[in-house]
Amino acid sequence: MRQRAEAPPFVPTRDAPGKRDEAAVRPDEEQVFLTTRLEGLIDKARKNSLWPFPFGTACCAIEFMSVMMSHYDLSRFGAEVVRFSPRQSDLLIVAGTVTDKMAPVMVRIYEQMAEPKYVISMGACACTGGFYRAYHVVQGIDEFIPVDVYVPGCPPTPEALLKGVLRLQEMIERGETHYQRAAGQARAAAKGEGQ
Amino acid sequence: MSVRDPRADAIRRVFPPVRGVQEVPGAEIPTYRVDKTVLPQFARFLKEEPQLDCKLLLDVCGVDWLGRREPRFEVVYHLYSLNLGHRFRLKVPVREDDALVPSVYSVWKAADWFEREVFDLFGIRFEGHPNLKRILCHPSFQGHALRKDYDPGQRWLLREGEQDEPAWAQERGEDEDHAESQVLNLGPSHPATHGTLRAILRLQGEVITEADTEIGYLHRCFEKMSESHTWNQVIPYTDRLNYCSAMINGVGYALAVEKLLGVEAPPRAQVIRLILSELSRVMDHIVDIGANLNDLGAMTPFLYIYQAREEIYSVLEACCGARLTMSYVRVGGLAIDAPEGFADSVRWLLKRIPPLVEDMEKLITSNRIFRQRTEGIGKLSAEEAIDWGWTGPCLRACGVSYDVRKAHPYLGYESYDFKVPISHAGDTYARYLVRVEEIRQSLRIVEQALARLEPGPVIVDDHRVALPTKEKVYTEMESLIWHFKLIMEGMNVPAGETYGFTEGANGELGYYVVSDGGGKPYRLKVRPPCFAIFQAYPHMLRGHMISDAVAILGSLNIIAGELDR
Repeated sequence: MRQRAEAPPFVPTRDAPGKRDEAAVRPDEEQVFLTTRLEGLIDKARKNSLWPFPFGTACCAIEFMSVMMSHYDLSRFGAEVVRFSPRQSDLLIVAGTVTDKMAPVMVRIYEQMAEPKYVISMGACACTGGFYRAYHVVQGIDEFIPVDVYVPGCPPTPEALLKGVLRLQEMIERGETHYQRAAGQARAAAKGEGQ
Repeated sequence: MSVRDPRADAIRRVFPPVRGVQEVPGAEIPTYRVDKTVLPQFARFLKEEPQLDCKLLLDVCGVDWLGRREPRFEVVYHLYSLNLGHRFRLKVPVREDDALVPSVYSVWKAADWFEREVFDLFGIRFEGHPNLKRILCHPSFQGHALRKDYDPGQRWLLREGEQDEPAWAQERGEDEDHAESQVLNLGPSHPATHGTLRAILRLQGEVITEADTEIGYLHRCFEKMSESHTWNQVIPYTDRLNYCSAMINGVGYALAVEKLLGVEAPPRAQVIRLILSELSRVMDHIVDIGANLNDLGAMTPFLYIYQAREEIYSVLEACCGARLTMSYVRVGGLAIDAPEGFADSVRWLLKRIPPLVEDMEKLITSNRIFRQRTEGIGKLSAEEAIDWGWTGPCLRACGVSYDVRKAHPYLGYESYDFKVPISHAGDTYARYLVRVEEIRQSLRIVEQALARLEPGPVIVDDHRVALPTKEKVYTEMESLIWHFKLIMEGMNVPAGETYGFTEGANGELGYYVVSDGGGKPYRLKVRPPCFAIFQAYPHMLRGHMISDAVAILGSLNIIAGELDR
């Protein structure tokens, strides 16, 4: 059996007694600080608790099923709570071909989702229309809604979708998703107005 | 049909050519050119005359002969007699300036959606149809997409608020006690609508009093796309029709084209096709049963039985590299040979799947909650089911033992020992039972087929059809030329038409193929089994509770890719 490495002893830095912050003191009188941006902390929590909305329309939805089932099991990455109500979910996974008839439905669902919200476009059809270059097929869902991660494949393997979700998690942590960037810009604009 | 055929005589006696019914000589199935004025009478005669007995309307489709024939359009009907096992094809020529055909809805209810589809895609109107409006394309669509002069890339945008609603859904409903009824929209994005189906229900309390459905949310223009691709390039599109059992679609298409070409796949290819088709059927039934149970609130059995699907995926992946949409079939055989150890891995599946099915059965088959929610729910009599054009497991659950594999064997099914399970109840529970038994029978077929798996070529040795090997392409001039011609122009399929049919996982999967002798299909019409099945759905709902709507929908196994194409 492997022995767990002994943690290094905790050495607190002591400031001058007059500057002590009472709230950041341990019961044993030792002082601890954790400084971070609030958004950074929240994003860290958000990325590990994604609630996907499976907007499954075609073949990709069957592969999405595989991803959720015991063999591949997306819940290992903190995204197992599939919700079919847009109000309760923050990750829209568009899995399959979206037609012109379906597009208003997709937009409506995207608009109904509470912020913050992210979009994964799963499969060639959702990304670009795939090989359906035709009169009734949307040539890429980014015609209608902003997409954070494109997962290629027809349909993508479950591993590819897992990779897509992991990639989205990285993006959320770094604040690179469409929603986060738009929110950041809005904040900056509000600040500019305030001055 | 020979001159002495009593059926042809009967038709000639009652409908001589002067009345507008002419036999088309030399067709693979008896074909009649029918004047539209006598169509309803002739249709009724074919259905009711005991010698002809065409109770099942399989398909209605349009063909556009722009610039090639006069009159421009043709409406083609395919009929089948369940008792006598024969088929008929009717062709009704239609002029462009007078595109009006009498509806046969009063003869076969199955004509309902098929005629709407012809109207939507060709602009041919059907006189006397109760609800003639677009079915696949959205209401803001302009023009008719399958006409030859329609540009395949021309899109029309649909905006919110322009969606179609049935007229009754806009009215306020009140009964004599002034209790107001509610209109409920189910789908197209709903956990139980698996993909993209939409039902509009009028509820009185929890009881459904009126229902309507809308489809077309996954209309991906398969038929238009196939007209601009070579014969082999169409195969990936066929995989995405019924994506739960992609192999069966490809096999059905290849068989239809092979019939036109007059070639036959080598024995090894046929056995591999059969093994993978039956495994696909198992996969399809697994998804259907599992999803149906999931909708009823039983998640656990799905987790058990889905593992079987994963195991089958690994075999399919070893064959062609893809898990779901395989594109493994080619006209004339298979793309490549099955890998080493194929037989062993299939043998392992035969050991692995039955216990998983048994586990699921233990949880479900005599489960009281499941039986209470499914027995007597969504019941349809055999006559009604035939009238709606049902085939496959849903029809067999009504007590009609029609299975294409038995009635019109292909791929050598006649030499395999298997049973066609039927049930007489016709309800949701019966459909479940039939599917579970079909899984067992499919595995039996696979077991027998493994014994016949001999080494050999997997594609015909015919330079008109199959690509030459790379080795030959690099060393022989003639092979290089054939390779170039097949890739650039596609194989030349002799001009003609055929209706190829196989037993899909949902029922009879038909391909009506029209060739003009070129490298691309002139017209390719799929007869999707769920299209006929789903049109009966709103009629089955009346009087049921709203939760039953979900149970029935799951048991019908509607695959949107095949339904909307």
